[in-house]
Amino acid sequence: MTDPLVIFDLLLGLSIVALALAVLSVRDLFAAIVLFVIFGLLSALAWVRLSAPDVALAEAAIGTGVTGALLLKTLHHLRYVTGTLDRPEAMNLTPVTPVPMPVLWVNAAFCGLIALGLAVAFLEAPKVGPGFDALVAEAMPASGVDHPVTAVLLNFRAYDTLMEVVVLLAAVIAVWQVERGLSEAPAPHLGEVWQGFARLALPAIVVVGTYLLWVGAEAPGGAFQGGAVLASVGLLLLLSRFYVPQPAHRGIARLAFVLGTGVFSAVALLVSGGGRVAFEYPLEHAKTLILLIEGLVTISIAVTLAALFHGREPVALGEEERRNDT
Amino acid sequence: MMLESLSMILIALGTVFFIAGTVGLLRFPDIYCRLHALTKADGLGLALIALGVALLADSMGEVFRIILIWFFVAVASATCGHLIARYERRSGEGPSYD
Amino acid sequence: MTPDMIYGLTGIAVFAIGLAGALCAQDRLRRLLALKLCSMGAGFLLVVAAWRVPPDAPDPVPHALVITGIVVVVSATAVALALIRRLQSLETRDDD
Repeated sequence: MTDPLVIFDLLLGLSIVALALAVLSVRDLFAAIVLFVIFGLLSALAWVRLSAPDVALAEAAIGTGVTGALLLKTLHHLRYVTGTLDRPEAMNLTPVTPVPMPVLWVNAAFCGLIALGLAVAFLEAPKVGPGFDALVAEAMPASGVDHPVTAVLLNFRAYDTLMEVVVLLAAVIAVWQVERGLSEAPAPHLGEVWQGFARLALPAIVVVGTYLLWVGAEAPGGAFQGGAVLASVGLLLLLSRFYVPQPAHRGIARLAFVLGTGVFSAVALLVSGGGRVAFEYPLEHAKTLILLIEGLVTISIAVTLAALFHGREPVALGEEERRNDT
Repeated sequence: MMLESLSMILIALGTVFFIAGTVGLLRFPDIYCRLHALTKADGLGLALIALGVALLADSMGEVFRIILIWFFVAVASATCGHLIARYERRSGEGPSYD
Repeated sequence: MTPDMIYGLTGIAVFAIGLAGALCAQDRLRRLLALKLCSMGAGFLLVVAAWRVPPDAPDPVPHALVITGIVVVVSATAVALALIRRLQSLETRDDD
């Protein structure tokens, strides 16, 4: 007798592959983005089945939610620039010259071979290789938190997480530079029902985001999931125009961008000042330090993701730059 | 045991509504009919499934969270339905009445 | 048939589809989507590597790596999208 869940796994795996194919083959770009979002949500579901709820939460919130918003915003901007905003028909933006069939076939064969090789390697690989489970379980009491993934992220492999916050910072700097002087597509007018929804959802999102951050110490959740949920507060505020970024607010925004990186590095330096390695927190303060870092990193992540969604730096343009503004 | 089979029945019933909504989405002619099928059937389906899952919950906290999830998904799906219909009405043609 | 096998093969298939798409797609936005499919395939393989037969808890280190990866990918996506917007603006202006 087969486990009924195996049938579920098979169906889910097949739908994920079918959605991946559909993302690349559907003609309309809007449909491709929507299919990509569904693909992300189903992948998150698959990761829940693989007992990885933290990863599933991060994928659903960041990889699907925030990314979907970024993609749709870009599509809106591209339609505005090319003047196809009011035409609902299917579209591809870059002019398409058909790829010769042989090239397509060679590419497909090449990727098929790679997939085949990977599949053979995967199926032949030893099933119970040594992982880090034992090491992590052994070190858990010294980590200051009760949830292994949070312990790995903020204690055992804190360097990775620091670098990740730095990458976010670099991304927002790059986006502000690239978009400097770029004209903005008019925000769609969403109407009163949407405004009412935003008013109702905003406080709830703040509560959920903070809860996710807090619960990360002993259960699935943490800074990145909480930060992404809190970023959606920024998205709602920007979309419903309760908040319009002003040039005068850039100082606070910059402070929020570097807050996480700054505090993270400061803690590392302070800890290493006491004759320890950079992220070897003293045991009695470990939980406090981790919560401090997580809280401030969450603020940074939320503000940075919202800024990435908004895109351009809110700046008063000089005469020269305004002329370049298309 | 009693509770378990009751929740099974509720979840199965909820699934039937989801399937009906999906069939409506695929078969109905225009966007308004599709929205009608999808929002109504999915709202009821989700409510039934949430009720079924809540019966299996271990603690009151879990029940509370399930109710919250149901409430916000219902509000969000109603808002989405409204936004799609609104966009279609403004950019495309209105519903046909024949 | 265990979940790790099914989802491992799913991840490999998604990776290959994304790779083929990145090689063949002409539209910039779609090429970006294809590359993101590749990253999701890699994420699948890492999560599968962390999986243990149920009573045992999964390995937390690959999980942390995938979470880090998801955040890095969203940063890279945001920069790529900004470049796409800029390029499209420049091209449209040249056409006029």
